[in-house]
Formats: sequence, structure tokens, C-alpha cells
Amino acid sequence: MYEILAKEELAPTIKKITVKAPLIAEKTRPGNFIILRVNEKGERIPLTVADYDKETGQVAIIFQEVGYSTKLLGSLDKGDHIHDLVGPLGHHLEMEGYKKVVLLGGGSGTALLYPKVKGFAESDAEVITITGARTKNLVILEEELRKKSDRLYISTDDGSYGHHGFVTDVLKDILENEEVDLVVAIGPVPMMRAVANMTEPEGIETIVSLNSIMVDGTGMCGACRVTIGGETKFTCVDGPAFDAHQVDFEELMNRLTFYQNEENMAEEMEVD
Amino acid sequence: MAKNPNKTPMRNQKPEERIHNFNEVPYGYSEEEALVEAERCLQCKHQPCVKGCPVEVPIPEFIDAVLAGDVEKADRIIKSKNNLPAVCGRVCPQEEQCEEVCVMGIKNEPVAIGRLERYVADYNLERECEPVEDKDMVTTYPEAKGRKVAVVGAGPAGLTAAADLAKYGFDVTIFEALHETGGVLRYGIPEFRLPKNIVDKEVNAIRELGVDIKLNTVVGKTITVDELFADGFEAMFIGTGAGLPRFLNIPGENLNGVYSANEFLTRVNLMKAYKYPEYKTPVIISDKVAVVGAGNVAMDAARTAKRLGAEEVYIVYRRAEEQMPARDEEIEHAKEEGIIFKLLNNPIAIHGKDGRVASMEVQEMELGEKDDSGRRRPVPIEGSKWELELGTVIIAIGQSPNPLLTRNTKNLKTEFWGGITVDDNLQTSREGVYAGGDVVTGAATVIKAMGAGKDAAANIKDYLISEGKKNE
Ligand SMILES: Cc1cc2nc3c(=O)[nH]c(=O)nc-3n(C[C@H](O)[C@H](O)[C@H](O)COP(=O)(O)OP(=O)(O)OC[C@H]3O[C@@H](n4cnc5c(N)ncnc54)[C@H](O)[C@@H]3O)c2cc1C
Ligand SMILES: Cc1cc2nc3c(=O)[nH]c(=O)nc-3n(C[C@H](O)[C@H](O)[C@H](O)COP(=O)(O)OP(=O)(O)OC[C@H]3O[C@@H](n4cnc5c(N)ncnc54)[C@H](O)[C@@H]3O)c2cc1C
Ligand code: SF4
Ligand code: SF4
Ligand code: FES
Repeated sequence: MYEILAKEELAPTIKKITVKAPLIAEKTRPGNFIILRVNEKGERIPLTVADYDKETGQVAIIFQEVGYSTKLLGSLDKGDHIHDLVGPLGHHLEMEGYKKVVLLGGGSGTALLYPKVKGFAESDAEVITITGARTKNLVILEEELRKKSDRLYISTDDGSYGHHGFVTDVLKDILENEEVDLVVAIGPVPMMRAVANMTEPEGIETIVSLNSIMVDGTGMCGACRVTIGGETKFTCVDGPAFDAHQVDFEELMNRLTFYQNEENMAEEMEVD
Repeated sequence: MAKNPNKTPMRNQKPEERIHNFNEVPYGYSEEEALVEAERCLQCKHQPCVKGCPVEVPIPEFIDAVLAGDVEKADRIIKSKNNLPAVCGRVCPQEEQCEEVCVMGIKNEPVAIGRLERYVADYNLERECEPVEDKDMVTTYPEAKGRKVAVVGAGPAGLTAAADLAKYGFDVTIFEALHETGGVLRYGIPEFRLPKNIVDKEVNAIRELGVDIKLNTVVGKTITVDELFADGFEAMFIGTGAGLPRFLNIPGENLNGVYSANEFLTRVNLMKAYKYPEYKTPVIISDKVAVVGAGNVAMDAARTAKRLGAEEVYIVYRRAEEQMPARDEEIEHAKEEGIIFKLLNNPIAIHGKDGRVASMEVQEMELGEKDDSGRRRPVPIEGSKWELELGTVIIAIGQSPNPLLTRNTKNLKTEFWGGITVDDNLQTSREGVYAGGDVVTGAATVIKAMGAGKDAAANIKDYLISEGKKNE
């Protein structure tokens, strides 16, 4: 059982929860994720470790309430407990050897992006961060990202804050004017695909972090399988980050919809 | 009195009822039935049956105790060698182990050793008898006191190693990646063959020996082998199993509606999807389901699909009837439950509609020349492809060793297929690190994994209480 030490609402439906998990805090590096079960009857859901501190042994997750389990998690308060937490899982990202890196986060993808921005800030690379949201009050982690980035761009779909449009518009501008040697994109699948399509003709190395459906997260079930360069890979043990130009996004998108009806049904039930 | 030539039959839940529930299929012996069966044992002096059992359960002795009406003593006798008797009595392939070499079996049917073992174990679990240890059956070593040994994986191999190490007197901690104990016993073998409360009870008895179990801990990720040694563990047993599912590598395998047997069974067993929506993990089964493969895992998947409401469930297998690797009893149960066998049929593609499985393209086969394994190899029959319409495909063609620990541990030698390399003492390429069970042999059986756990525990004891390593 993991006691919730702090809970914060970053935006409507986007929440941050901090728990004490010293072993996980000790081992996590940017890109790792955990799997948790809110309670005894809950599903195992994967969430990126958004922040971690070896000194205090604390680990933070930031999540968007999209369905039953994330809503249930969002309904917990300081002092409540999360039943199980396992990790850190997946490969971390290699961050050395780049000169100029652009990191894009779309929606709650920004939460997943944050540890990577922090990681690159400690490397020699110049860090350009682009974060996008539907509207102003969904923009998250602005201050934190500003502190860790050399430049920060914000875009909103409705133009209520920052650039009016998509994160990809901002990326396009940058790529037209500057030499970039790595792009990292995390967010909804269509956004990641758009980024991949933009950087591929330019031959710019691009990494995306995939959010496949998972069960165990230890390579045991294959629920998380994705096609990378024509080969089947398991997101949980081979990823979650992959070369964007090799990803079969179409298939990923399809696989993410499989349980939609069931999830809607679960959601209609009271969050108890 | 002439002994009955046949095994005392076991009463089963009727097929037409059981396909609608997840309750256990065989009911187990009553006291009368157990006595009748125990009576059949010849109490052979040379005890071939004991050698047929990988953990050497003292079979004639425990059967004798049953006959004498002392079921608690029978339990102690079994437990001196086997810490999971209620599990083994249910899932051991007895016909190729203890019962295969039973003297009664030469002219008649062998003694139903497994069923008697189950009877004894259940009797004691039901009455919640204290786990009494027979003093002269267990040796504790004073030199073991306060010394820490780590066990990775809470499957049958790890649980057995841990229990024996604890009995020797070591301070034992099991590290398990999942949120539950049991390994395949929990996530793979379905409730109707092995009720999970039985697993709980047997695991609790092992906890009561003083074994500490840390769940949600992935060795190689949460904590490494080196860190465990730095933390004061002096030796380690790795029993991480073979859970990595294999796929067919045919077109359409990543369509929605294609499951690995592991995913399907894990959702249903570990995550209790059969109780969805009370439990929140869903599983989607359509009216028509094909299971590819014909081992125990395939039978479990097919019978589970049936219970989840599928109308037609097919076993699609490229070889012939007599080549099916599943136990006869499992095949029999599957047939009784209306599973349809499409043998000598090889899947070559899965076709979808709107991203979901719609049909499977299958190639008819016939038996040709013998291959390396001595089995006649299936070869395609020209022009005999056909389509099986369905909505769910479950791939049950085998598993490889779990990759997480081996990938993240330095200097641990593995075989080309992923298994951990060990010497005759089950020691790996790293000193003090032993391994056994499916992660060494590839997917095998519960009792073989337990046998390996037992042998490794004995070797670890010798290693730690031998000259160089003795606690001064
Ligand atoms: C490695 C990894 C890291 C992740 N990190 C984060 C994170 O830091 N913050 C965060 O908010 N989310 C993260 N996710 C996504 C998160 O796991 C899902 O949002 C969550 O499992 C949804 O559970 P639910 O029961 O609330 O929603 P559900 O009811 O299961 O789903 C709601 C909707 O989302 C879709 N969906 C289901 N599973 C996923 C999934 N894994 N990803 C995307 N959509 C899904 C469903 O089809 C449905 O339409 C991560 C996923 C992965 C694989
Ligand atoms: C569906 C199915 C049905 C079967 N039916 C039968 C049967 O009827 N009779 C029979 O005898 N055999 C049967 N088997 C085979 C039998 O279950 C296995 O041979 C046996 O469980 C192997 O035991 P094990 O301890 O080696 O591994 P497992 O049971 O696989 O246990 C390994 C454990 O290690 C954990 N683990 C893995 N990696 C790590 C890590 N890095 N850190 C921490 N923990 C880790 C896993 O989560 C798991 O709990 C069946 C198998 C399946 C899949
Ligand atoms: S453990 Fe298995 S092999 Fe050994 S006696 Fe019992 S049923 Fe037979
Ligand atoms: S071989 Fe068979 S008959 Fe002989 S002692 Fe063993 S169980 Fe009894
Ligand atoms: S989540 Fe099960 S293999 Fe990746």
C-alpha cells in the first residue's frame, strides 16, 4: 500500500499524485514508467514516472482522467492509499550526444514529457520545448518546463493562450529555421504520427513514447505489442520509446480502441 | 480381498453444467473412496513410485497413513517433501510421473496417487490443521540461522526453494514481480482446474515457515542481483519461469481480437475478468473462437473461452490427434465440454474487418516423413486452404523464458533461446546464484519446477554451510 503524500490538480481532469516509493525513486530514469492498481479489484494501469527524488524517496505521477481507473485514481485524496505500485519499468531514454533537441508534448503527454525535459536540461543539449493543449486552462507544468528549457513554446487549439494552432505548426517553424538533431514527441497518437511524418523527409532522428494497452508490463502477455519496422515488439520491455519513423501508428490506434465499449460500461458505473 | 483392477473413479461436475461456471470440475475423493483407493496400493518394498516423483514424496508411507485413518499424519509425510500437495494432486501429469512406474499399473490401472494426494491435502486445508512439522523429517542447521537467501519468482520453483531453505533455517525473502504469488498457478491455470483459494492456502503455509514475500518487485528493475548481494543476501535462487508468449508470425496477428494465451488467461485468472465488471479488467470473447495449439495451455484457453460464453470453440492444430501434447485427461474434458478439434490444420493468416478479427485462413495438412523429433511432420495438402469465420483467436503455441531479469543482469549466461545456463548443481555462471524451473528448462511442469527448486535449495545449503562460506 502506498500512501498519497500530496495531490494537486494541474488542470481540470489532469492531476498529480505523490507517493513514497524509495526503491522506485532510486532506480527511475527519464522514460521509465510504473504500473499501479488503485484497489484490489482494479486494473493494472501504466503511468509514466513524472518526477522522482532519490533523497526523499518520493515519486510523482501525472495523469489525465480518461476512463474508469484514472477517474478512480483522481478521486483519491491525500492520506488515501494506492494498492499496488510496481516499477520502474521500460527502458529509459538515452540523452547524451545531442546538440539541439526539440521536445513536444500534447495534452497530458506533457506530463510524460516533463522528466525527459529535465533529463535533457542536464545534458549539453539546447532544449526547446513545445507544449500544446486544447485550451488555456488545460496547459500544464508551464513554470516547471520554462525553468528547464532554453526556450518554451505554448500552443492552444482555440488560440486562448500562446500560439493559435497545433504543436506541429510550431515544430514546422523551428525545423525551417534551425538545425535540430533530435525530436521527442509524446501525446495523442495522431499528433505523434504528424510529427513523424514531418521529420521523416528531413531525416531528423525522432523518438515517440507509445501508450499501448498493458496488463503485466513485464513482457508476459503481449497485450502491448506494436509493429516497429515490420517486426512485433512489446512496448513494456522493448519500449516504451521507439524510433517514430518505424512505428505502425495505424495499428497502434486500432489496438487502443479495442476495449472502448467495455471501458464506457465501466465508466458508467459509480466510482466507488 | 481381491484388489480392484481399476482406479476408483472421481466424480466430476457435469459438462453441461460446468461450461457455465468456473467451479472446479473434479470433486475429489470422499473418505470412503479414498480408503478404497488406498487399499489398492501394494506397499512395494522397492517403492518405484517414489523415484517417479521429482520431489520423492514418500508415497507408500502416506497411503498407509490414509489407510490407518490418520490423514493428518499422511499430510505431514507428504509435506516433508512437497509443500504444494493440493496443487500437485490436481495438476501433476501423474500418468508420466509417479503413476507411470506404479507396480499396480503393470497389469491393471496404477494407484491413483495424485487423487489420494489431493484428498489428503484438501482434508487438512479444509480443517485448517496447524502446519505441524514432524521433527525427524526436517533438518535445521544452526549454521543457517540469521543468514539471508533471496528467491526470485513466487512460482512453484521459487516457492519450493524458499520453503526448503526456510526449513534448513535460513532467512528467506521471495521477490515477485506481480501483485500476487503463484506464478502460472495464479495467472495461467484456470480456477476450474486449480481453485485460487487452494493456492492461497498453500502459499500461506509457506509464509508460516518464516518466508517473507515481497510482491510488486521486479528483480533486474526494482532491485538488481548485485544490490541484493550488497544488501547482505549470501545466495540466490532464480525461478522466473517461461512466460514470454510466442506468436505465429503470420499476417493479421496484431488485429484486435487476437490474444496470446498468456494475455487471455492472465486477464481471466489473475485479473479476474470472468467477474467483470466487479473486477475492472475486461476480456472480449466473440461467439466463435479459435485456439491455436494443442497443449495444456491451449486446452485451458479453449475451456475458459467456452465458460465465458463462446458458442463455438475450435482447437486448431497442425499435427495429428496422437501428437497433441496436452494431457489425455485435459483433452477428454475439453471434448466433453464441446470443444471442436480441427487437427492437421495450419493457420496461415488472420483476416480482419474494421480492425477486428473476422476469419482465419487455414491450410489442411497431412502427415509426411518423420522429423528430428521422431514425429511425422505435417505437410500441406495442395489446394486445400479454407476460411474459418470467427471473432477471437487465441495463440497457444508456447512460451519462452521471461526476459526481464536475464536482460538486466550482468555476467549471467543464457542459452540462445533465452534459458539460464546452469551446471549440474543448478548453479548459474555467477557464484552463489542458482536457477531452476521453466526459466532453465523452458516450459515444463509444476512438479519438475518444484523438483528443481528443492535440489537448488539443498545445493545452496551445501554451498553456504561448506568450508569457505561458513559463518565464523
Ligand atoms: C508506458 C505508458 C505510460 C503512460 N503514462 C501516462 C501518464 O503519465 N499519464 C497519463 O495520463 N496517461 C499515461 N498513459 C496512459 C494511461 O495508461 C491510460 O490513460 C490509462 O490506462 C487509462 O485507463 P482508464 O481506465 O482510466 O481509461 P480506460 O477506460 O481504460 O480508457 C479510456 C479511453 O482511453 C483509451 N485507452 C485505454 N488504454 C489506453 C492507454 N494505455 N493509452 C491511451 N489510451 C488508452 C481507451 O480506448 C478509451 O477510449 C501511459 C500509458 C503507457 C503505456
Ligand atoms: C495455462 C498453463 C497451464 C499449465 N498446466 C499445467 C498442468 O496442468 N500441470 C503441470 O504440471 N504444469 C502445467 N503448466 C506448466 C507449469 O505451470 C509450469 O511449468 C510451472 O509453473 C513453472 O514454474 P516456475 O516456478 O518455473 O515458473 P512460473 O510459474 O512461471 O513462475 C515464475 C514467477 O516469477 C515471476 N518473475 C518473473 N520475472 C521476475 C523478475 N524479474 N523478478 C521477480 N519475479 C519475476 C513471475 O511473475 C512468476 O510469478 C501449465 C502452464 C500454463 C501456462
Ligand atoms: S507430487 Fe506429483 S509426481 Fe509426486 S507423488 Fe504427487 S502427484 Fe505424483
Ligand atoms: S508402486 Fe504403486 S503399488 Fe507400489 S507402493 Fe507405489 S503406489 Fe503402491
Ligand atoms: S504488458 Fe504484457 S507484455 Fe507488455
